[in-house]
Amino acid sequence: MLRGKAWKFGDDVNTDIIIPAKYLNTSDPKVLARHCFEGADPGFPMKVKKGDIVVAGKNFGCGSSREHAPIALKAAGVSCVVARSFARIFYRNSFNMGLPILESPEAVDAIGQGHDVEVDPGAGRIKDKTDGRVFRAKPIPGFMQELVRKGGLMKYMIRRVRHGREAGRAPLLRRIARGAGGGGKSKGGIKIVASEARNHHGRKSKI
Amino acid sequence: MTITEKILAVHAGRKRVEPGDLVMAKIDLAVGNDVTAPIAIAEFKRAGAKKVFNRNKIVLVPSHFAPNKDIPSAEQCLILREFAREQGIKNYFEVGEAGIEHVLLPEKGLVLPGDLVIGADSHTCTMGALGTFSSGIGSTDLAAAMISGEAWFRVPESAKFIYRGRRKPWVAGKDLILHTIGDIGVDGALYRAMEFSGDTISSLPMHDRFTMCNMGVEAGAKNAIVVPDRITREFVKKHSRGPRKPAFYNSDGDANYADIREYDVSAIEPQVAFPHLPSNARPVSAVGNITVDQAFIGSCTNGHLEDLRLAAKVIKGKKKAAGVRLIVIPATPLIYFQAMREGLFSIFLNAGAVISTPTCGPCLGGYMGVLAKGERCLSTSNRNFRGRMGSLDSEVYLANPAVVAASAVLGRIASPGEL
Repeated sequence: MLRGKAWKFGDDVNTDIIIPAKYLNTSDPKVLARHCFEGADPGFPMKVKKGDIVVAGKNFGCGSSREHAPIALKAAGVSCVVARSFARIFYRNSFNMGLPILESPEAVDAIGQGHDVEVDPGAGRIKDKTDGRVFRAKPIPGFMQELVRKGGLMKYMIRRVRHGREAGRAPLLRRIARGAGGGGKSKGGIKIVASEARNHHGRKSKI
Repeated sequence: MTITEKILAVHAGRKRVEPGDLVMAKIDLAVGNDVTAPIAIAEFKRAGAKKVFNRNKIVLVPSHFAPNKDIPSAEQCLILREFAREQGIKNYFEVGEAGIEHVLLPEKGLVLPGDLVIGADSHTCTMGALGTFSSGIGSTDLAAAMISGEAWFRVPESAKFIYRGRRKPWVAGKDLILHTIGDIGVDGALYRAMEFSGDTISSLPMHDRFTMCNMGVEAGAKNAIVVPDRITREFVKKHSRGPRKPAFYNSDGDANYADIREYDVSAIEPQVAFPHLPSNARPVSAVGNITVDQAFIGSCTNGHLEDLRLAAKVIKGKKKAAGVRLIVIPATPLIYFQAMREGLFSIFLNAGAVISTPTCGPCLGGYMGVLAKGERCLSTSNRNFRGRMGSLDSEVYLANPAVVAASAVLGRIASPGEL
């Protein structure tokens, strides 16, 4: 369970806002954390407390593929991002490196700056404790749930390397390769519960 | 199926795929640069991996802060260099051979039609101009792909953009894509494949197609693509080397598109994107009086030889306005050499420009043209986010190379027709 103060941001928050490119000459999380959100609020790293939650509009994390953005957020203490929608590379990167992110336009509309928010990423539940309202996030595609359950992409790769299968397909990936992708279908042992989930634009949720 | 679906299906070993399917696909090329690859290399090592899956299918290019901007950048580039040496990665490009990867790789013939390419750089979508599935991913995805040779994808829906009619004078690929992003917005193609077609595209030169695909990500696209044709084949014939063969795919007549849009190109003027989003595009005639402190011609979007020729044509025999800094950066060493040999350097230098070695440098506020507080730059690059090229209190406007050259001469944003 994640709990912290809400920090509100608008639409189309790009990765240059989250971590300006002038700091990309390093990938040290401590350095990146000191400049997190410098493009929007230079005082943010001093004000944010461990566990706090970023609440933002549509297309959060658009722009560059820099993984420095989710790294900076995480290292600054941000426990989770709730947004109306996410740009796809940011979405993918966040899952890969273990920053919980949830899509919920209703929560974004309702939660005010500084509200006390509690998030259960596994259940996709967002609670505004200041107002006592509860919101459901858009379901996460099944394959990504599986990835999170396995501890992220690299944890999965580590196990694979240890088993001496660096190249070629290991079980989880092999099952996906066989086509466990359809909406609600269960193939090869993976139940894809939400791969057809649609976001608020009516578009299919992205990976 | 669309061309995007066909390429994903072939690389996933499947007969067919549909939008929404999850596929594990074999990659033909995985690309990293000095900003993203160090994180991927650290993850690769942390996973205990000893060898990359195939040393010929990984490309490392120090492009962003190279030649080394400062000590931390030097250390990032060193990580690439040492990893390339240790792994025997042939396609590591040292300074002197290195350029902006999205221009360098097609030029070197490393990317072919029908390939599946991933790159830890959002502008990897550029290479879709060759009829390639090419998509930007993050460092962790790159690390995993360097180990396994595969990456997973959710097959995107495709959106078709049809351009018809003749281009007005000074209208380039840049204007078509800025106009399109202005129409659909910065998340107008979120997660989708953008497929560019129509008779305007059929006669559009390769460099303009690269420019259009390059900015697909500015509309949120997963990939951007042009079905290969005669122009693609000529480019491939000129650049490809080595044993690999291209595979030319097309989109079926009954392929499904989530959205189809048509544009009458004859009505499109050169475009200028206002701060702070690429979607804030307006016709250059509607710009008004906006002075500029810096004019930048270069980047993965418009650092091609043809872009430099276009700018030189506009600025030949003229001088930049007093107080304007004109910066020209050819995207690769070969373009640099050709531009010099063709006499373009003399034209730029006589106009008062400065010419830098190939680098991404100023586009992302890295170096070689960072903006101070209150300054304004008209740039041929791809992003005008707040603070993108320097101070948070600076402004970036985007345009094609001809408009940037004309504006450098007049000291304000202007159409080449005004000269």
